[in-house]
Amino acid sequence: MLGLSTPSGFIKVSKLVSPWLWTACVLLIGAGLYFALFVSPADYQQGQTVRIMYIHVPSAWLGMFGYSVMALASAAGLVWKNPLADLVAKASAPIGASFTFLCLATGSLWGKPMWGTWWAWDARLTSMLILLFLYFGYIALQNAFDDPGRGARAAAILALAGFVNVPVIKFSVDWWKTLHQPASLMKMSGPALHPSMLTPLLLMVSGFTCFFVAVLIVRVRTEILAAKIRALRLSEIHAAQGSGVAG
Amino acid sequence: MKRLIEIIRRDLRLALRQGSDSVMVVTFFVLTVILFPFGIGPEANILERVSPGVLWVTALLASMLSLDRLFQADYEDGSLELLALTPTALEILVIGKVAAHWLTTGLPLMIAAPVLAVLLHMNGDGFVALLVTMLLGTPTLSLIGAMGAALVLGARRGGVLLSLLVLPLYIPVLIFGVGAIDSAVQGLDYSAQLLLLGGILLAALPLAPLAAAAALRQALE
Repeated sequence: MLGLSTPSGFIKVSKLVSPWLWTACVLLIGAGLYFALFVSPADYQQGQTVRIMYIHVPSAWLGMFGYSVMALASAAGLVWKNPLADLVAKASAPIGASFTFLCLATGSLWGKPMWGTWWAWDARLTSMLILLFLYFGYIALQNAFDDPGRGARAAAILALAGFVNVPVIKFSVDWWKTLHQPASLMKMSGPALHPSMLTPLLLMVSGFTCFFVAVLIVRVRTEILAAKIRALRLSEIHAAQGSGVAG
Repeated sequence: MKRLIEIIRRDLRLALRQGSDSVMVVTFFVLTVILFPFGIGPEANILERVSPGVLWVTALLASMLSLDRLFQADYEDGSLELLALTPTALEILVIGKVAAHWLTTGLPLMIAAPVLAVLLHMNGDGFVALLVTMLLGTPTLSLIGAMGAALVLGARRGGVLLSLLVLPLYIPVLIFGVGAIDSAVQGLDYSAQLLLLGGILLAALPLAPLAAAAALRQALE
């Protein structure tokens, strides 16, 4: 696929795509913020706090999207033993974890004025918290081995095992009718939001997604370069040792 | 099947001869539960209210105690590589190890739990639910735990890491286990929670050994 599956091909393609992604990200988030903060109306019940939604929902989406990317890349890495897939999985974990944390933090800020509490042991909140800990476990397992390849493969198996949580989060609000409101965006009957709120929300979601992909590319590129530096250093050491023995 | 029984017998014999592992797990379980009346006061009604949660959380922690020994000893002395070289599939090996782990930790925990429930003043209606949820839940704990134990083989600080990996995956078992006992104590129907626990066990039964065997292959490479 466009020579994307090798590290050098990835660097080539990413150099072409990156500037466009960053531009799209800035434009989308800029427009989204404008619509969210100035054009869209305040909610008749929630007042101005409804605007937290424009950060909260994209973060939640990326928290789950990041885990899905990680699990898919892990599966690809395990099946095809593709080094790039391992790097993508590794790179998406901290970004996804950050967005999951952002989702929980904004949700907490939103919950205080709306539900009267910073935190509730509601099904969706709890499953999102578990997702955060799954990310932590993944990152910790990855760094626990002296051989980075072994860490990547062990973590990949964990990522796949933890993937069961993602559909549980998505459907938690439908299965257990607790404090968190049910799905209003991705429904069979179409979104339940008024267009004036839907427009900025979709702009923000796509802007955040562009941001995620752009940061992911930066991280993967850094990992590739770091691996190259490591290999160069190793070969230098070997060369020095080789000449030492010969001399 | 014969090989599976062989593996279970080998592990049980090892556990018996080396002793202490199951005794230690049960002692930990009893001691931790006994800490709660000191920690939250001896009022019977409070203890009764928290007893399902206390029993399940401590049972969960206790069953995790012996997990890091599950593959570690065999990995260190090399017998895991020999076992992997036999024609038996690694998945079967994992199932055998899990069965032995459950027999040496899950089963003793299940036997100790009702005694502790008496100490915590649990309502008599909850006892059957406690035993049934433990019967359905603890094998799942061993299965998920085996996957975690296989993943951390050869890792730095394996023991602490193991708890970080396994505990989030234990939460569903905890939720439905405690939920069933709570319903039973209030005299409600708790078959839904039991079905969910059974469903989790049935899902973990094939999936966890697959994942654990994959992890073992990585560790032995």
